[in-house]
Amino acid sequence: MIFESLAERLQNTFKKLKGKGKLDEKDVDEAMREVRVALLEADVNYKVVKDFVKKVKERAIGAEVLGSLTPGQQVIKIVNDELTELMGGTQSKITISSKPPTVVMLVGLQGAGKTTTVGKLGNQLRKQGRRPLLVAADVYRPAAIKQLKVLGEQLNIPVFSLGDKTNPVDIAKAAVEHAKSYGNDMVLIDTAGRLHINEELMEELKNIKESVKPHEILFVMDATTGQDAVNVAKTFDEQLGIDGVIITKLDGDTRGGAALSVKAVTGKPIKFVGMGEKLDALEPFFPDRMASRILGMGDVLSLIEKA
Amino acid sequence: MGFFSKLKEKLTKTREGFVEKIESLVTARKKIDEELYEELEEALIQSDVGINTALELVEELRRRVKERKVEDAAELKNILQEIITEVLMDDESRLELEKGKPNVIMVVGVNGVGKTTTIGKLAYQIKVGGRKVLLAAGDTFRAAAIDQLEIWSNRVGCDIIKHKENADPAAVVFDAIQAARARNIDVLIIDTAGRLHTKSNLMEELKKVYRVINREMPDAPHEVLLVLDATTGQNAISQAKLFGEAVGVTGIVLTKLDGTAKGGVIIGIKKELDVPVKLIGVGEQIEDLRPFKPGEFVEALFEK
Ligand SMILES: Nc1nc2c(ncn2[C@@H]2O[C@H](COP(=O)(O)OP(=O)(O)OP(=O)(O)O)[C@@H](O)[C@H]2O)c(=O)[nH]1
Ligand SMILES: Nc1nc2c(ncn2[C@@H]2O[C@H](COP(=O)(O)OP(=O)(O)OP(=O)(O)O)[C@@H](O)[C@H]2O)c(=O)[nH]1
Ligand SMILES: [Mg+2]
Ligand SMILES: [Mg+2]
Repeated sequence: MIFESLAERLQNTFKKLKGKGKLDEKDVDEAMREVRVALLEADVNYKVVKDFVKKVKERAIGAEVLGSLTPGQQVIKIVNDELTELMGGTQSKITISSKPPTVVMLVGLQGAGKTTTVGKLGNQLRKQGRRPLLVAADVYRPAAIKQLKVLGEQLNIPVFSLGDKTNPVDIAKAAVEHAKSYGNDMVLIDTAGRLHINEELMEELKNIKESVKPHEILFVMDATTGQDAVNVAKTFDEQLGIDGVIITKLDGDTRGGAALSVKAVTGKPIKFVGMGEKLDALEPFFPDRMASRILGMGDVLSLIEKA
Repeated sequence: MGFFSKLKEKLTKTREGFVEKIESLVTARKKIDEELYEELEEALIQSDVGINTALELVEELRRRVKERKVEDAAELKNILQEIITEVLMDDESRLELEKGKPNVIMVVGVNGVGKTTTIGKLAYQIKVGGRKVLLAAGDTFRAAAIDQLEIWSNRVGCDIIKHKENADPAAVVFDAIQAARARNIDVLIIDTAGRLHTKSNLMEELKKVYRVINREMPDAPHEVLLVLDATTGQNAISQAKLFGEAVGVTGIVLTKLDGTAKGGVIIGIKKELDVPVKLIGVGEQIEDLRPFKPGEFVEALFEK
């Protein structure tokens, strides 16, 4: 069954081994087959899983079984540690320029959650005492500008727009000028959703980057993305040079394995996660929580933490 | 350009990768060995088929290879194609629209998958087919969702029933059904707010909309379409299951197939839940909606 707990499965696999002092190769092989299945069910990219399993195997073979843990728990602990490590270990924040305004641009596929996240980020920054300006640079999607304006109204944060007949590059440039004269210290640019393989639209992003030199280009990704996450993230990174990732829609039951894949492939840190449609549902990213989520572990983890 | 050459062009990106991978796999070597099966399994997984379904498909492939005493590795692709087609094939799935009465189509799905856009495209197709369409702005929650649907209704040239933002969606739907009757509408399409299938309060709201439709028109909704984003991985199975339980999904629309994602998860959904894919989305423009034809789809997927 999909989303069955890995922890549970490993517990069963290793029940018979209770009381063993060391893990041998055969035990570990068996466990790693389960780990592989669990990661793939969680949508971690196939190649990432392959490398990961190899690495964990090396560490697990011959590892001493800690007194309070069963061999199964021991393997879970190693997997959990390695996943956490792979996702960056600690929290990353966004860069604030010493010379305001700080320009942040959000990019990603259609429907990923960019516009909503621009609102959420604005809300969070304002709570920190900053004066954000939201910029409507999506001139393609029906009612995209209106959508951002509604969010701005709800938050009482200004929205910069030149309508949908102006080139997004010019909109971005004008917005930065506007921010300078009105004292907005953060400029958050909402861009249209686009496919990574759409050359014309990717070119447009490069041109925006060229003209306003954003301090942060954040790649917004839906947590439910499957195996294709690596292609998308890699292409956005290669074409634009992203500075970080925001994973949205983590408030559901997705394991969110794509988060791991994106980090593994681009090496760029995940900076925030979206936890709902409401404008305060943006949280800092914690690699350890994400790791245990990908593994689908609940109680076992707290047990391990005590060990 | 004929329909299928156009579809193929749109699917080129899908074919590259998956098909090329399989082709290079099976032509690069002649012997059928364990490694070859493993690589086929890998190609399936990379298309979001999911590990369990991939294992089942490869198991069936092995069975047929043995049964037919196949020795040429180049045959494997055809057999795998045959197996997948069979899974998707077993019912011809078209939209159930009857003549001479208001048909009601309810469109549901998680956030951002393409519901509103699909409604615009579908309304256009139905209108071009000579029927009268009405849209209902049942997403009263998301910022500017009503405006978005209204822009689509203008593009299509059809009417829209809308209330204010934050109004009760059930009330919008109630009005839309009365209007559909009064205006002699053939097809009423209802937009709903995106919601995660795990949020029970939002799913209850959706059930309520369903009940109102059903109360006002006992054989409606005639279709409940679940929109799935082709870039979604294994979570789509959970989406299909829970939306199915809540409002009885009659068909799937698989969107964003113009990207590089393969949408392989629908194979598992068809196997497990037996919900047919009825339409596919291949772009953001008004014409970018196609019927899903299993045989031809898989063929296009495997063709050079
Ligand atoms: N449940 C949930 N929904 C979210 C989250 N973030 C965004 N959404 C929803 O996802 C849908 C798409 O969000 P948008 O902000 O419009 O996405 P976008 O990337 O701007 O879309 P395009 O501009 O069309 O490319 C909306 O229904 C949002 O309310 C999240 O963290 N959780
Ligand atoms: N490339 C591509 N983009 C699509 C397709 N279908 C929809 N989109 C885009 O996906 C984004 C989200 O589409 P919407 O129709 O707003 O999605 P929705 O499900 O109504 O979203 P919510 O109402 O916020 O839950 C928009 O930018 C659409 O243009 C498709 O087939 N291909
Ligand atoms: Mg947007
Ligand atoms: Mg919508």
